[in-house]
Amino acid sequence: MAEGVVVTGMGIVSSIGFNVDETLHSLMIGKTGIGKISILETIHRDEFVLGEIKLTHQQLMEKLGVNLNLPWTRTALLGVWAARQAYQSAGLSKNSGKRIGLVSASTVGGMDRSELYYKDFLTDAIHKNHIDTHHAGNSTEMIADDLNIHDYLTTISTACSSSLNSIMFGARLLRHNLLDAVIVGGTDALSRFTLNGFNTLMILDHEHCRPFDATRRGLNLGEGAGYLVLERTSDALAGKKQVIAQVAGYANANDAFHQTASSDNGEGPFLAMQRAVAKAGITPQDIDYINVHGTGTDNNDLTEGVAMKRLFGDKVPPFSSTKAFTGHTLGATGVIESIISILSMNNDKVFPNINFKEVIEEINLVPVSQLTNLHINHVLTNSFGFGGNDSSVVFSKVPSNISGL
Amino acid sequence: MMLAPTYIDGSGAVVPQPTVNQDRFLEEILEYNERFLQVVSPVYKDYIDVKLLRRMSKIVKMSIVSARVAMQQAGVDQVDAIMTGTGMGCQIDTEKFLNAMIENGENLLTPTSFIHSTHNTMGGQIALMLGNKNHNLTYVHRTFSFESALLDAMMMIAEKEAQKVLVGGIDEITDESWLIKTQIDYYKKHACKNSEVYNNLQPGALSGEGSAFFVLSADRSEKTYAQLKGVSTLYKPRSNKELEDFIKRFLVTNEFGLSDIDLVIMGNNGDPVFDRVYEDLANGLLKTIPTGRFKHLCGEYDTASSFALWIASGILRHQHVPSTISQHPFKGRTPKNILIYNHFRNINHSLILVSTPDVS
Repeated sequence: MAEGVVVTGMGIVSSIGFNVDETLHSLMIGKTGIGKISILETIHRDEFVLGEIKLTHQQLMEKLGVNLNLPWTRTALLGVWAARQAYQSAGLSKNSGKRIGLVSASTVGGMDRSELYYKDFLTDAIHKNHIDTHHAGNSTEMIADDLNIHDYLTTISTACSSSLNSIMFGARLLRHNLLDAVIVGGTDALSRFTLNGFNTLMILDHEHCRPFDATRRGLNLGEGAGYLVLERTSDALAGKKQVIAQVAGYANANDAFHQTASSDNGEGPFLAMQRAVAKAGITPQDIDYINVHGTGTDNNDLTEGVAMKRLFGDKVPPFSSTKAFTGHTLGATGVIESIISILSMNNDKVFPNINFKEVIEEINLVPVSQLTNLHINHVLTNSFGFGGNDSSVVFSKVPSNISGL
Repeated sequence: MMLAPTYIDGSGAVVPQPTVNQDRFLEEILEYNERFLQVVSPVYKDYIDVKLLRRMSKIVKMSIVSARVAMQQAGVDQVDAIMTGTGMGCQIDTEKFLNAMIENGENLLTPTSFIHSTHNTMGGQIALMLGNKNHNLTYVHRTFSFESALLDAMMMIAEKEAQKVLVGGIDEITDESWLIKTQIDYYKKHACKNSEVYNNLQPGALSGEGSAFFVLSADRSEKTYAQLKGVSTLYKPRSNKELEDFIKRFLVTNEFGLSDIDLVIMGNNGDPVFDRVYEDLANGLLKTIPTGRFKHLCGEYDTASSFALWIASGILRHQHVPSTISQHPFKGRTPKNILIYNHFRNINHSLILVSTPDVS
């Protein structure tokens, strides 16, 4: 583990929980966060279900106790919520002398406010303090300011694979000794922009999504944020830190097939998984569980299944999609599912692919659909997105003699 | 810490000045008297299949042309990674979808503009064009976007995960995005002569757009004409001293002294308030070093530092400082080491250091 990078803190908020413990509880009891729309103002309220966090903008600001005079977007508020938890759980502090950075991902940025105020921006600009909250880096700066982070920050946007790429870039910054600790992850709030966008693509299911099921009709959108604190293994051990997991391998590949659809042979997903496993220095057979991207769209699940069969042959490891719990949280999905994967590994449990009933004939792969005990040393998680961007990360269990837990 | 040697083998830019297929290197300035500057359109069909061209937005077209020019210059037809930086991404498509959604009350929408509204569209389209299945990332943090892409490329090269990396910075301007940012004095409200922008007293910057791509290489070859020494960013310095310390530390880290720097290219953009940060440095810490400016050529945009790198590496290639970038005829020694310093409203500061290739 000499040159390695480990996870020393985690924070999460999504429709299934306001923190790591609540998230774990929901996963254990099979409680989905997807339901009728009650927060997002949209004409599609009765048409679709979403994984909403059931607090209004105002309630979120009050719960977090943030400065109400600042122009907060929902994306930034969710990000602050999860990043504070990660920061605290890793025991970071501003006077530690450590160089602390933040690498965050977002796809919609401040769109949740822009779509409300856009016409006003163009005319008399009553809401002009929100003009500069539109860009994708705004939430990153709001989080950095909340946590007093100055040493490095940047923002990544590769559609639905965004926050797995934050993990990769953050790990690289540590390996090059440019930082001592880095908070990596992403945040995305629900917006009418994305709901309507995915609706025009006709890939939203009106019912609860059914990943890897033959009758799947599309995805359910969700919202949330998640962050991991990464540190070099040697620093974490020297500092007697709790070590939650090892970031063992990662890879990013491009499908180079189509702007939104994925290729029939799953080339991009295949390459991302293959390279991530190779980078971890293990073989595909060493992967004990895969938290798949599994959006519930016709195209994704088929392609991902094809890619898994290419890599694992007839020995595809136990796998499940947890998107029927959280919904597809876009730029946050990679890190949210990384946290779920780590919870799986550290609790030796596979969380179920709920709503699965009927196997997809073309691939004949059956996801784990009940909560299952399984000894997990290595977990693989996938995120794929528009633009052909495909990413995979492997997390490995920390040997018990050094976990510090 | 220093990263492994990273060489520049090719570059291409599409900006509001003629830069594509030019024998001359910024010898004359294209004068404008406009609210904002727009790119000089290259002959797109020379670079992009006409059938594809019709469906492409401006930002994708300018990315592809500058990427192709950079790759042609470097003599490569594939790369090991594609890294793009864009502050605002695909503004035309985002506005199209947003306006349609608001005006039609979430009805009668079509997917085309939504599909192309994601920030990684340019990186994805370049990968598609090249059939490139390698590492592909898009950074979207205002004036840190291009710098993050450069840093990631340098780290990948240092880790030997890539030999050749295509890196670019791209942003597009639209009427609406310009208008919105005039409301908060980020951009000038009225037309302004670009040649006189630094003396213009209207609040805000003269806005613009552009794209610049580079082929970075782990190995020096006969194509190599510059060496990327380092890149660094600073967020919200709490004092002028912190900014000066940042610059000094950056040079020390890269084993340079101030006296080694032959030229500093500064990001002045005509904003009377925030240009003071540049002036203070030019009259203070950097006063012994000749300075150049470039945003009268391209206007202000989040990834304008990519055009500054295009200029700096061009100077090293041509062994000549064009008079269009310096206030006074350049009298210094022929530059070997050029520092680029840029900031956004004293929030996001960045440095890029580029040199003639080390003799190896």
